[in-house]
Amino acid sequence: MQFMQRGLDADVRKQLEEEEKRIINDEHWYLDMPELKAKESFIVEERSYVPCEDLVYGRMSFKGFNPEVEKLMVLMNAPNEEEDEETEEKDKTRMDTDITDEEMAIRYGSLVESMKRRFAKKRERTSQRNEDDNVNHNIGETQPKKVFLKPQD
Amino acid sequence: MNSIHSCFKAQIGGVVLPGDVFRFNGSSVEEDSNIKAEKMVCGPGLRRNGDEILACKSGILRHKQPSMYWIDCQQKRYVPVKGESVIGIVTAKSGDIFKVDVGGSEQASLSYLAFEGATKRNRPNVQVGDLVYAQFIIANKDMEPELVCIDSCGRANGMGVFGAEGFLFKVSLGLARRLLSPQSEIVKDLEKIFPFEMVVGLNGRVWVKAKSIQQTLIVANLLESCENMTAQQRQALFKRVAEGAL
Repeated sequence: MQFMQRGLDADVRKQLEEEEKRIINDEHWYLDMPELKAKESFIVEERSYVPCEDLVYGRMSFKGFNPEVEKLMVLMNAPNEEEDEETEEKDKTRMDTDITDEEMAIRYGSLVESMKRRFAKKRERTSQRNEDDNVNHNIGETQPKKVFLKPQD
Repeated sequence: MNSIHSCFKAQIGGVVLPGDVFRFNGSSVEEDSNIKAEKMVCGPGLRRNGDEILACKSGILRHKQPSMYWIDCQQKRYVPVKGESVIGIVTAKSGDIFKVDVGGSEQASLSYLAFEGATKRNRPNVQVGDLVYAQFIIANKDMEPELVCIDSCGRANGMGVFGAEGFLFKVSLGLARRLLSPQSEIVKDLEKIFPFEMVVGLNGRVWVKAKSIQQTLIVANLLESCENMTAQQRQALFKRVAEGAL
């Protein structure tokens, strides 16, 4: 019976495979050229001046004209500005200002008062007001601290 | 390898003209190939042609350690280079790109998505005539150059539309590079006069702004006059201006 046969012999199978391979190889195309030898080039071309001359960041501001740009300048020119830190600090001290130190002091003086009042409790507020009045008179009248008195039996 | 270095060394600081050839014989390369071949960088103005290097600009040959050579030249025409930051003028809005004049042979394109925080819904507010500080992401001789106003992390870092007031003018590319060089003498002298802000593009455009129009114009004129002045002349002029202005 045919289905009981062992199939083809090993050598016949090999022969068939070879034939098939040859047909495939014949159909393949290839370029008839000498082998290209990739030569490693040690010359690199660079079209930009930036790496050659170590050019810095293009936006600049001086003496605090535009503080945002000055921050960016520090950030973008960071790697090569280590030795410049001293001069930078000097720049900051002579940065011109719209608000003088006196104005700043006056503003903060009143600010401290109003903030203190804001965070104080109602009871402390009255005492604060008294203190303010007393500052000029120098009367050492201190109120005793109010405490909870335990009821007696 | 050594031969080409020696070939260059003879001319460092000297004038080279387009067509000058730096040649080295192949035998020395063979000798050196078993030693670790170090890379040699030829910068702007130099061009590799097979095994020789040609000069394609006229100027002074410069060298930086360890092995970088380029030609420092005076020119006014800007040729876009990938990665360089320039000042552009928006000339047209068309659909999803802006056309930007950068002073090159062709206008560059700038996508409306290439701004910090821009989305399809949230378009940046850019009008025709605005100045942008942007950097090239595509720049080669066969394609239209393309600009972006963000870095690889999506941050603006000072790029984008700027210059509500102030004054824009053109200088030669050489002067623009001198202004951008670290420890630039011109900038150091100038910042002593009065506070001002400046944007320098590698395409030779410079934008300045000071406290008043008068001061802005003084800075602009001083910068323009720096083109052809020696250090002594410049310092004398700046000193005169500082005395006159104060």
